[in-house]
Amino acid sequence: MAKTIIPIGPYHPLQEEPEFFKLLVEGEKVLELEIELGYNHRGIEKIAESKSYDQVLFLVERVCGICSTSHPFASVNAVEELADIKVPERALYIRSIIGELERLHSHLLWLGLAGHFIGYNTVWMWAWRYREPVLDIFEKITGNRQHYAMMKIGGVRRDIESDDIPEIWKMVDGLLPVLDMFKGVVMDDPVIHARLKGVGILTKEDVFEYGALGPTARASGVAIDVRKDDPYAAYPLVDWQVITQEEGDVFAKAVVRILEMYESVKIIKGCLDKLKVVGGEIDAKVKEIPPGEGIGRHEAPRGEVFHYVRSDGSNRPVRYKIRAPSYMNVPTNQKSVVGGTISDATITLAAVDPCYCCTERVAVVDKKTGKKGLTGQDLIKLSQEKTLRIKREMVV
Amino acid sequence: MKALTKSIWVFHFAAASCNNCDIEILDALTPRFDLERFGILLVGSIRHADVILATGAISHKAAVRLKRLYEQAPKPCLVVAVGACACSMTMFRDSYNMAGPFDGLVPVHAYIPGCPPKPEAMIMGVVKLIKALKKG
Repeated sequence: MAKTIIPIGPYHPLQEEPEFFKLLVEGEKVLELEIELGYNHRGIEKIAESKSYDQVLFLVERVCGICSTSHPFASVNAVEELADIKVPERALYIRSIIGELERLHSHLLWLGLAGHFIGYNTVWMWAWRYREPVLDIFEKITGNRQHYAMMKIGGVRRDIESDDIPEIWKMVDGLLPVLDMFKGVVMDDPVIHARLKGVGILTKEDVFEYGALGPTARASGVAIDVRKDDPYAAYPLVDWQVITQEEGDVFAKAVVRILEMYESVKIIKGCLDKLKVVGGEIDAKVKEIPPGEGIGRHEAPRGEVFHYVRSDGSNRPVRYKIRAPSYMNVPTNQKSVVGGTISDATITLAAVDPCYCCTERVAVVDKKTGKKGLTGQDLIKLSQEKTLRIKREMVV
Repeated sequence: MKALTKSIWVFHFAAASCNNCDIEILDALTPRFDLERFGILLVGSIRHADVILATGAISHKAAVRLKRLYEQAPKPCLVVAVGACACSMTMFRDSYNMAGPFDGLVPVHAYIPGCPPKPEAMIMGVVKLIKALKKG
C-alpha cells in the first residue's frame, strides 16, 4: 500500500499551540513520526541575562501559562542554592500550597482537553467548570487567575491570611466529590476503556531511554518525583505519596493524574494546618547574590522543571538555563504513537500533556538561506557529529 | 460588515504565547462564561472564521504562517490581539527571535490588554467590537 504523509499542525484545531507533527502512514497505521517545533521560541534565556534577579522571576513565569508557578519555583530554588539562603518556614508552606493548587488546576485542564480529544466534550465542560473554583482561590490569595507572582527570592510575596484559610479548605473539600466523579467517569466508563486502554503504550525501558518525566514516567511504573527524591519547600514536612501505575498506556496516565489530585488535596490540607500554628516572617530579605552557580528543581504538573543560574556577583545572572519537562516527554511520542492508528495518534500526542511554550529553548538559523528550524533528523545528525568530534578530540 | 455582528466564529491563532491567554480564551467558552450562548464558536479552519484571535508575541517562524493564514481568511476578517504580548510585546520586545507586534504584520481591529486578560475582559472586548461594527 502507498505511504502517505499526514500533517498535524502547525495551526490545527486539535492544538492550542503551534507545533508540527508529520505522520507517515500506511493505511491506518502510523509508521513514522517527525516532530517539528520552533514556532514558539522567544529567547527567554537570553532575555534573562539582561534582567535583575527579581525581574527574572516575572520573566520565567511567562515561560508557560499553565504551570506558571513551576518556573519561578525552580528559579528561586536555584538562586537560594547559589546564595545559600534559609527561607522562613511559613513561606515554605505557602509555596507548597501554591504549587499544589496549580497542579490541581493543571490536571483538571488536561483531563478536560483529553476528554475533548476523544470526542467526549461533556468531560471537557465539566472539568473546566470545576477548575473555576481553584482559579477563584488563586484570584483571592494572589490577585490574578494565572501568573500568580507569588515567588520571591528568600520567601513569598504575599501572605495567606488566616481569614482566607477556611475558604481554601472549603474549596478543596468541595473538589473531593468532583474528583470521585471523575474517577468514576474514567475508571468505570466502557467507552473510555475502549479508547484509552492499551493505546500509546510507553514501556519502562522507553522511559529510561528517553528520560521521560512526571506523570508520563509514573504511569509506566517509574516512581520519579522531585518532591520525594530531592525534597524542597514543605513537601518533606507533610504526609503524601507518589502515585504510580504499571501499564504505561494513556489510561494509566489519566489515572495517575486523577489520583495525584487527591494527593495534592492532602498536601494543601496538611500545609493549611501547619499555617495555623507556624507564624513569623515570610521573607528572608536577601540583600545580594554572591558569585557562583545554582541548580533549582521543582516537580511541575508535567514533570521535573530544571533551572540553572550562574552569577558573577552583580545583580543579573550571567547565564540562565531552563529545561522543561515537555522537552523530555514530547520525544517519547516517537515510541508511543508509532505502530498505532491515526485516530489514536491525537490522544497519544496529548497524553504527555505537552507544553510547547516550555519546550522551545533553541532556534537554529541557516545564515546562507535564512531558513529557520531543524528537523528531528537534523538534530540527531548534529548530535552524532558532536560525538564523533569529541571522540576525535579525545583520541579514543 | 454588519453581518459579522450576529454570530461571530473565531479562529484562535497562538503565535509564541505562553498558553495563558489561550486557556483563558477556552475558559470563556466553557460553562462559567459560556460565550457559545451568543453564537461565538471556536472554529478549526481559517476558512470559516470571521475573527482571528491572536495571542502571544510573534516569532519569525510563526510570522510567515500568520501572513499566509490571513491571506486565506475570507474577507472581511477582523483581527483581535488578546493579551499584553499580542498588543505591545512587553518583555519580549528585545528578543532576537521576534518579528514584531501583530499590528506590524496584519491589520488589528481591537486590542484586549492584560496578562492574561480575564474572560470578562475578553467578553467586554468583543462587545465593544460588535458595538463599533454596528455603528459602522
